[in-house]
Amino acid sequence: MSNIPEDLKYAATHEWVRVEEDGTVTVGITDHAQELLGDIVFIELPEEGRVVSAREEMSVVESVKAASDIYAPISGEIIAINEDLVDAPETVNSSPYDDGWFCKILPSDESELEELLSAEAYTDMCE
Amino acid sequence: MGQKTPLYQQHVSAGARIVDFGGWDMPIQYQSVIEEHHAVRQHAGVFDVSHMTIIDISGPDAKAYLQYLLANDVDRLAEDGKALYSAMLNEAGGVVDDLIVYRMAWGYRLVVNCATREKDLQWMALHAREFTVSLSERPELAILAVHGPESIDKVCSLLSADTAEKVKALGNFRGLEADGWFIARTGYTGERGLEILLPGEAAGTLWNQLLETGVKPIGLGARDTLRLEAGMNLYGHDMDESISPLAANMEQTISWEPQTRNFIGRSAVELHKQQQAAGELPVLVGLVMEARGVLREGMKIVCEVDGAAAEGIITSGTFSPTLKHSIALARLPTKAQNCQVDLRGKLTPVRIVKPNFVRFGKQVFA
Repeated sequence: MSNIPEDLKYAATHEWVRVEEDGTVTVGITDHAQELLGDIVFIELPEEGRVVSAREEMSVVESVKAASDIYAPISGEIIAINEDLVDAPETVNSSPYDDGWFCKILPSDESELEELLSAEAYTDMCE
Repeated sequence: MGQKTPLYQQHVSAGARIVDFGGWDMPIQYQSVIEEHHAVRQHAGVFDVSHMTIIDISGPDAKAYLQYLLANDVDRLAEDGKALYSAMLNEAGGVVDDLIVYRMAWGYRLVVNCATREKDLQWMALHAREFTVSLSERPELAILAVHGPESIDKVCSLLSADTAEKVKALGNFRGLEADGWFIARTGYTGERGLEILLPGEAAGTLWNQLLETGVKPIGLGARDTLRLEAGMNLYGHDMDESISPLAANMEQTISWEPQTRNFIGRSAVELHKQQQAAGELPVLVGLVMEARGVLREGMKIVCEVDGAAAEGIITSGTFSPTLKHSIALARLPTKAQNCQVDLRGKLTPVRIVKPNFVRFGKQVFA
């Protein structure tokens, strides 16, 4: 069974969102997503400073098996990216919720957070 | 629920992710495709390939039948145990299937693909009518492929001293029968190794013993990355009934001599050979892309032939765990130059190389 932490919010497209104390959000892909993708070999990260809308393609993950689009779970500005993933994309397989984070977004509309799934709802969706 | 090999429970116990593969429930991976791939390149891994179809052929006309059925000539099998890779062609010179044929003391043994089993059996039965031969499928046999630099020593540590000595002395593409098992130096990885055909009820014990000696279980995911690094074709992807073996890098598997040997598809592939000489037949090449990204089956290649725009297609593509960049097989017009791949809408340069990327753990193309 994949790991779905209680304290995060989830998009139906398998991204997770952690709301930080400063109001920014950290984004990555779920344990379930990395399991489905298998060994990740390349990650194309969004550019820092880019403004994204919720559900817009922001990143591409290539695994041995397939290429997958990663979508912005909420609208806002990309204020940081995890450049370590460029040379060590496998970090997403080994640590999807910690060292394998993709980017930080400064939300432009915090109400969108309410539209994301709870851990419980995401668990139901994955079953 | 698909068919299950005698090792199904072993796969589940080893944590395999099971997928449908040609109607069989097979392990795609246990932990990580890349780690399994490296285990075979650097140490030893075992694959359950019991889903493949084994057909034994005996009778007074067995040799004559196979000389008619196959594009390669079983007359090249000079002694028992020797193996030959061959295409089985249709009248139009398309590939019905690719297979390995072993010469046995009592006749010949063919190992064909699992997804093509029914049409192969029908095709073989149809053409057997003119010959005094007996075809018998051997579904009760399992096949374990054990590959990697340490594989032969690991297998031999589990055999009787007498058999181990004989197995160690086997040359490439040679096999032997011992106590109801057939052990051959054949495989699909580009590494040294053995394929062991044995009764299904004995397969679980051998599997468990191999794992205990440190051999890693390898799924179909790594089987694909390994065979592609070795530049080996996959039926239904790199060739099929619509493709000439000459357009699939299989020229070496056609025995043109003696010219008196009539095999199915001969006149068609002779015509293909003329077309090839005139530059009219496409060619299966290797592609290397050192930029980030992964070449995938079905991606379009744009290129130039004598300065004119042309295109081709990737027939198999992957990330090469050994080389750490993407490789592919692609069917291109002859004399294609300045190739670029349409990588999700972005044209990216790719380099044509001989379709053989890795042998014995090392890069082989220049």
